[in-house]
Amino acid sequence: MTSASLNKGGRGSAIVLALAGWFVKFVLVVLVIATFNFILVHAAPGDPAQVIAGQSGASDEKLLEQLRAEYGLDKPYPVQLANYLGRVLTLDLGYSYRQQRTVSSLILERLPATLLLTATAFILALIAGIFLGTLAGVRAGKWSDTLLTIVSLLLYATPVFWLGLMLVLLFAVQLDWLPAFGYATIGVKQTALERMVDIGMHMVLPVISLAAVYLAIYTRLMRSSVLDVTHQDFIKTAKAKGLKQRAIIIHHMLRNAVLPIVTVAGMQAGALVGGAVVIETVFAWPGLGRLIYDALLQRDYPVLLGVFLVMSVIVIALNLLTDAIYRVIDPRVSVRAAS
Amino acid sequence: MNRREFAKMMGASAVALSGIPLGITRAVGQTKGGTLNTIIQPEPPILVTALNQQQPTLTLGGKIYESLLRYTTDLKPMPGLAQSWEVGSDGLTYTFKLFPNITFHDGKPLTSEDVVFSMTKMLVETHARARAIYSRIEKAETPDPLTVIFKLKAPFAPFLTALDCTTGPIVPKHIYDGSDYRKNPANAQAIGSGPFKLKEWVKGSHVHFVRHEGYYRKDEPYLDEVIYRVIPDAASRSVALEQGKIQLTQWNDIEFYDVARLSKLPNYEMTTKGYEYFAPHQWLELNNRVKPMDDKRFRQAIAYALDLKSMASRVYFGLPKQATGPVSSKTKFYEKDVKRYDYSIEKAKALLDEMGLKPGPDGKRVTLKYLIPPYGEVYQRAGEFIRQSLGRAGIDIQLENTDVGGWADKFSNWDYEMTGNLVYQFGDPALGVSRTYISSNIKKGILFSNTAGYSNPEVDRLFEEAASTIDEAKRQDLYSKVQKILVEDVPVVWMFEAAYPTFIDKRLKNVTATGVGIHESFSSVYFG
Repeated sequence: MTSASLNKGGRGSAIVLALAGWFVKFVLVVLVIATFNFILVHAAPGDPAQVIAGQSGASDEKLLEQLRAEYGLDKPYPVQLANYLGRVLTLDLGYSYRQQRTVSSLILERLPATLLLTATAFILALIAGIFLGTLAGVRAGKWSDTLLTIVSLLLYATPVFWLGLMLVLLFAVQLDWLPAFGYATIGVKQTALERMVDIGMHMVLPVISLAAVYLAIYTRLMRSSVLDVTHQDFIKTAKAKGLKQRAIIIHHMLRNAVLPIVTVAGMQAGALVGGAVVIETVFAWPGLGRLIYDALLQRDYPVLLGVFLVMSVIVIALNLLTDAIYRVIDPRVSVRAAS
Repeated sequence: MNRREFAKMMGASAVALSGIPLGITRAVGQTKGGTLNTIIQPEPPILVTALNQQQPTLTLGGKIYESLLRYTTDLKPMPGLAQSWEVGSDGLTYTFKLFPNITFHDGKPLTSEDVVFSMTKMLVETHARARAIYSRIEKAETPDPLTVIFKLKAPFAPFLTALDCTTGPIVPKHIYDGSDYRKNPANAQAIGSGPFKLKEWVKGSHVHFVRHEGYYRKDEPYLDEVIYRVIPDAASRSVALEQGKIQLTQWNDIEFYDVARLSKLPNYEMTTKGYEYFAPHQWLELNNRVKPMDDKRFRQAIAYALDLKSMASRVYFGLPKQATGPVSSKTKFYEKDVKRYDYSIEKAKALLDEMGLKPGPDGKRVTLKYLIPPYGEVYQRAGEFIRQSLGRAGIDIQLENTDVGGWADKFSNWDYEMTGNLVYQFGDPALGVSRTYISSNIKKGILFSNTAGYSNPEVDRLFEEAASTIDEAKRQDLYSKVQKILVEDVPVVWMFEAAYPTFIDKRLKNVTATGVGIHESFSSVYFG
């Protein structure tokens, strides 16, 4: 392509070029991440063959040899790394010999349960946090603000597994209102509606436990952000022109105060995909977090690497999405970026 | 208000929840039918016991794959797939007669061909423990579909004790012969001939077994379904038991500190029976290559300094029995008349003084590292107890933490000073005991070998002779001798015959009827 045709192409090719550049960067970042993951995962002592032997009560040379050959661990590290990167480039996440399944099918199987749990908790916490934080910020210094601040501090300081266990003790053991663990009742025939209700009931406790910490963070963040905005000139102007308090809060305050929340939420959203190992463990929720944890203990390298890779790609994507949301909420962002 | 009423109040349709069983779905008073809900943790990778022998795999796989024999709680053989058996006068020929009409879950018959294929072809290739035993078979014959004759290369006394469902699971020849065993696509379906077949396995959630209608034993299995739920958190498992959501726990499902509390539940019986075949023996492993543990007197001093009685009650809440030597009292050929190491700090100190290990200004005579086995919280507490107990004799212990992969790697490669070990005995000293002490089994990189590095030609000779002697009285004599030598030498410090709290719903019968216990097929388990 000549420079003339480049000019002729104008804006269109500039975007194509930008996208191509972005894509190259993306691929490079992913490859670097994949390499780091590989090195990290293999840096831990022990290998899957030893783990299996350790839990089988017997072992011999032949068993270790067979397993290592099967896992591809009998080849030198650089060869293993090259094989792995080659697969990454062809979008092949590999095969878990331990579970006798492809890694992609393992991840896809667990992802819905995780997303259902984490996304529900996240959205719930986000909405409630913005609402409660605004309430506290607007009433700064009053008793309702003090109460909200204390509660959110308490929630923030409470270990999530403890909260989960206490909720189980109260609502499942003492009151018997909600199931204690699992994602659905097993071994019964249910209609679609019955199943939805059943899953919903199973979700209540883990969602609350998981949402509590996020809720505390967003409430506190929103409160201080609202306080910041309250003293800005444009709020004074709004008050001076006689707008009602409700209108000021909704139209003038919220949109400005919510920006820090978007930043923090955007960063935390990446963690949603990783699941919530602790909550998934306490509530026996069949999510991705436990898959990762089990894979780590069992040295199931293909699964570990696969999950790490998928997570890093999603984090990159979510960062882009956060940028986009920023521009929608605050038009100044793109102007600033351009200048 | 209970869960259903709460659901109603919350607006959920009453119909939606009326079908959900809170306990067992079965009419009272029947022997047949019912769903057994229980726990599996951690979740196994596959169910084919011929390919993977991790603890949870064996627990689940026992329902699917059966073997030639079963064993009573005192380890006498009982009919399994074989209804009768005969041992030739030469001690080399073993003839088994199978039950008629045994079928696999896919409907194909199980014959002597499947038995021979499993034991002489597949298992010796894929199963480390089976390999050590079945590779002694010189010749296998199948005169008819229900008869198997094995001829051993040399007399091997424990052969009849090594035909349980965890060592010798019979797999379908028509599925595995000629295939790459580990990559066989049929592994996911796990086709066996056991009383239960796999209906559904939702990874991370549960494994669902239903009865195999073509099972060969009349009226068995009694249960309709067995559901194993994956519950990774110990507190949640206790809650499940308290709520009556499960009718059985096994192995480490319930933590020791919860046993006293949960034993008070009116509808469960707590037992430590059903592990006789495995008889897990728990000891303090001492790397005999590391000074001063190469000195017998130092190892004896540790044996004296460990307050096992307090440890049993404080750490294991009174469940385990103190071990007296290398052989468990549940295993064959146990010798109880051996030297005793009753708790005595004075005797320990005297031995250390005699060795010239005087206490320094800080009271410490020597500092050693203890690698905590990564198999649960109770090992952590046991490690802390050992540190305190030995500290009183001036033996300073530093605790090291690791995970399963790290532990197996360090331990098997002798990169440790002290650690905890737990080894199954499999009914006969030749199967599960000798491997820890004979010098031919000092193998770097291999777990459950002679990792301590102990070597004594007399011990080697006695174990070898006992394994190839058929006469039981002679064997007892040889094993008694070797136990006395080992207890004097203390290659490792035996602590406990490990005990596991098995909680069984009082309506559930026959769970621990055999020495293989909860690994058994459950064909005769019923709600009564």
